[in-house]
Amino acid sequence: MAAVMTLEELRAGLAWRKNLDKVFVVLGLVILLTCLGLLALLFLDLVRDGGPRFGWDFLTNFPSRKAERAGILSAWVGTSMIMLVTMLVALPVGVAAAIYLEEYAPKNWFTGIIEINVTNLAGVPSIVYGLLALGLFVYTFGLGQSVLSAGLTLALLILPIVIVATREALRAVPKAIREAAYGLGATRWEVTKDHVLPYSTGGILTGLILGLSRAIGETAPIITIGALSFIAFLPPSPVGPEFPFLNFEWLRSEFTAMPIQIFNWVSRPDQAFQANAAAAAAILLAMTLSMNAIAIWIRYRFRKKINW
Amino acid sequence: MNTTTDIAAPRAETPPALAIVMDERQPARATPAKAVAEKLDFWYGANHALRNINLTIPENQVTALIGPSGCGKSTFLRCFNRMHDLQPETRYAGSITLYPENVNLVGKGVDPIEVRMRIGMVFQKPNPFPKTVFENVAYGLRLRGVNNRTELAERVEKALRGAAIWDEVKDRLGDSALALSGGQMQRLCIARALATEPEILLFDEPTSALDPIATAKIEELITELRSRVTILIVTHNMQQAARVSDFTAFMYLGELVEVDATSKIFTNPSKKATEDYITGRYG
Repeated sequence: MAAVMTLEELRAGLAWRKNLDKVFVVLGLVILLTCLGLLALLFLDLVRDGGPRFGWDFLTNFPSRKAERAGILSAWVGTSMIMLVTMLVALPVGVAAAIYLEEYAPKNWFTGIIEINVTNLAGVPSIVYGLLALGLFVYTFGLGQSVLSAGLTLALLILPIVIVATREALRAVPKAIREAAYGLGATRWEVTKDHVLPYSTGGILTGLILGLSRAIGETAPIITIGALSFIAFLPPSPVGPEFPFLNFEWLRSEFTAMPIQIFNWVSRPDQAFQANAAAAAAILLAMTLSMNAIAIWIRYRFRKKINW
Repeated sequence: MNTTTDIAAPRAETPPALAIVMDERQPARATPAKAVAEKLDFWYGANHALRNINLTIPENQVTALIGPSGCGKSTFLRCFNRMHDLQPETRYAGSITLYPENVNLVGKGVDPIEVRMRIGMVFQKPNPFPKTVFENVAYGLRLRGVNNRTELAERVEKALRGAAIWDEVKDRLGDSALALSGGQMQRLCIARALATEPEILLFDEPTSALDPIATAKIEELITELRSRVTILIVTHNMQQAARVSDFTAFMYLGELVEVDATSKIFTNPSKKATEDYITGRYG
């Protein structure tokens, strides 16, 4: 039987096709390294500009009119508190919504509309969330320009991320496992709480942390609801010395946050404050990256434990 | 035996006696029915998957369902524990009567969860929970409110012994079930189903994902189990049906073509279609 081509032709063609393969590898690497390189450059630039400002004092000082005495204490404490509220709201609400949509909701046009809108919400500009929160939380609910308002706003903002990530995680639990549990006579809730949720914890927490690392850098919505840029006091401590050892006054406290503080310093004419802004930005970036690192670690831990 | 409903309920109706069991492994005798499917129809949406199935499942015997892919044997099996109810737009008509209570398993007023608590199932691919060996077997018991440690330990051991896997796992009850081999996992799944002492045990091609040695162990186990529990098994493998079952039902295109003692089906089937299938002319 005659071959379609001679061996020489076959080899020439194969060499050409393998070259294409190499071209793609090189192209991909160049693009990837460019992106990573830009990020690294940005980070190094921030560290260099803010270099002299790094130190314990920078973390423990309140903002000040004098650049060399100014610190980010109220900013990082404010950011931490807001993140705490965001997490405590977004996790249960997002997970519950995802469980309902994934495990309970009947597949009909109503559920379809909800699903499309949840995905769309992820694309709504954050300033819109800010305006919504200003009207709803700050004025209508009377929560004021507080840590609570900011936390709730950012929770709304990351809710779609948490819901989508949770649904992915729930969906990754094999049907065979659900059937095994149903087959033993479990109810839907028992299947969810004993199996589906525990097995998807890794994915859910990863989604939550990625959501939080988006929220931590958000500026527009918290400016809109009225974050202050100069705060020389800390919110009351959430933990008290007396029973019940918890204190909720901090929720009503006025606040500032890292992005606000950075924005404020950047907009000042004095060069000395630019160094402060760079240092604070480097710290914010480090906070975000370490949150992502935690997400990766959690995912790795759970993957290792559960291997379908 | 019964774990969900009142055992004291008197027999509502004597189950129909079956044809004489023709089996070299035991003397010929009449066997009472454990379950009887009558005029059973089933739909996935508009797809009429099962048509007018009439089949008697004899108590403490192994009944095999054979037939080509897509003939509805797994669909039929899953009617017995109402697994179809997990999917939307599925519908049953007719009845599967469970004796001695005379309950219609696919009846509208019957709770599918109650049915699943009485009828166990072993699936095609081993599907242990990613928990410890012990917790896998204990889960069904925990669902039934058994929380006493001693009782749990006793019942788990009994189930693992019953599934012929106790000796292999007794020292690693606290290890993840996912560390077991495929055959061990499947026997663990059988132990998990046995722990709650089901009245009928459904096997959906339990060895199709296993190697021949693991398969032989499962088949041996099925033969041992038949004295304690009524077994219904779907299999693609005709030799397997011949080896483990007392009765064999041949299904084709959603219908039950023929059911008889296994020895008769494989030596002298009365329908042409059955003969064609078991001699490998299609399927």
